[in-house]
Amino acid sequence: MYPGRFRYVSPRSIEDALAVLSDAEGEGKVLAGGQSLIPLLKLRFASPSVLVDINNLPGLDHVRMERDGSFRIGALARHAMLERSPDILRHQPTAAAAAPLIADPIVRNRGTLVGSVCHADPQGDWAAVMIAAGGSVVAQGPEGSRTIAVRDFVTGPFQNVLGYDEIAVEAIIPAPTGTVVGGFLKLERRVGDFATAGAAVSLELAGGRVARAGIALTGVGSATIDAADAAGALLNRPLGAESIDRAATLAAEAAQPKSDHRGSADYKRHVVHTFVRRILAGLAEQTERAA
Amino acid sequence: MTSLFEEIAESAPDDVPVNRVSVTVNGRRRTADIEPRLLLAHFLRQGLKLTGTHTGCDTTNCGACTVLLDGKAVKSCTVLAVQADGREVTTVEGMAGGSELDPVQEGFKDEHALQCGFCTPGMMLSARALLNENPDPTEDEIRFALSGNLCRCTGYQNIVKAVLWAAAKERGEDPTGAVASYGARQDGVRPPGQNGAQQ
Repeated sequence: MYPGRFRYVSPRSIEDALAVLSDAEGEGKVLAGGQSLIPLLKLRFASPSVLVDINNLPGLDHVRMERDGSFRIGALARHAMLERSPDILRHQPTAAAAAPLIADPIVRNRGTLVGSVCHADPQGDWAAVMIAAGGSVVAQGPEGSRTIAVRDFVTGPFQNVLGYDEIAVEAIIPAPTGTVVGGFLKLERRVGDFATAGAAVSLELAGGRVARAGIALTGVGSATIDAADAAGALLNRPLGAESIDRAATLAAEAAQPKSDHRGSADYKRHVVHTFVRRILAGLAEQTERAA
Repeated sequence: MTSLFEEIAESAPDDVPVNRVSVTVNGRRRTADIEPRLLLAHFLRQGLKLTGTHTGCDTTNCGACTVLLDGKAVKSCTVLAVQADGREVTTVEGMAGGSELDPVQEGFKDEHALQCGFCTPGMMLSARALLNENPDPTEDEIRFALSGNLCRCTGYQNIVKAVLWAAAKERGEDPTGAVASYGARQDGVRPPGQNGAQQ
């Protein structure tokens, strides 16, 4: 048995789960899919005194599109559910592109989007998708719930703004005002490896112009990077060669890669430039064809 | 501490938390008092002596420890045994019914889909989960579905054939024929001169 000793509880209600976390005063940890937490427990990087398994909580396993077009993704919605959701495939192209690239198919049966965002791995994929899409996380605590934009939620490597007595119960992708287009590209050395570099792009088009833009990068900094300047370069104009080049250049400048066994900093920056340009060029072509 | 598994859970002091779990493994209900930090892989291997579930990398990469949890393929080194409480687990030992092999097992045997055999149990359970969902997968779908299971011997070619074999058999078609026509298609698309001897 590699993990350190802990007490395990599997509450049947969110109130019970919150009470345990509150009593643990920061020594508690929430277990959902466990595909990051259990490896951390095995390495004893995490050694909570109590583990609160939320897998038996009711009403958290949804991937639901609301009437207004927004998405609500419960804390127990597995990657595989997102990968197979017809609504995601049809309406959220960035998430649809990312889902089959998360880890590997077996891990996707278990791991969750909300857990991945909370884990805040600088090389994780979902935080980038959610930042690009302007998404947020709903945290429930003893005082009620609050909604936090993912760009403010992730604060550093493996760090988020959740209080020890809060549980992230849901992720939200807001209702679009225009036509949603987007893409996600990730360079990995082999299936299941963490991203060498990855880029998520989510745009809303209206009247032939980019009405909203989000670009986020993974694997090229100490946290997921919100490339807001790059996204800004696309706003209020048609998706053309000039703004695409500008956005790709700004995204590469926003990247803060470090050289390691996956590649040199220069190489990763180059990959970011290529990925952002490639996604945007593809979207421009797709938009032209549709017009 | 009352434990079925004295050999893995050395008698713990009274203040160590223990959970009683009841897991249906290969159709048989097994109950034990375990420490919650026990991994499912170790529950199966050391506790139940079901050593067909291999532990390879122990880091959620290789897929050798894959079992089915309520019908879904999971890496049992990355699930706590206590999380299987009240659920059903299928290991490689539960695939065959009596002396009758699962078609996936038959396919692996007929198509020589293993060499050292270390990845095989996990590979077969992932294949089983795939065929339960998709009875007629393409080569690409098979490779994609098995991408969380690493094999360092076979180059995967015969594993793909084995799964095609099993799928055909389960659909009531001729499995050998299905593999042969797949092989013929492969030969057809291979560019001439790729054979090293001709270069």
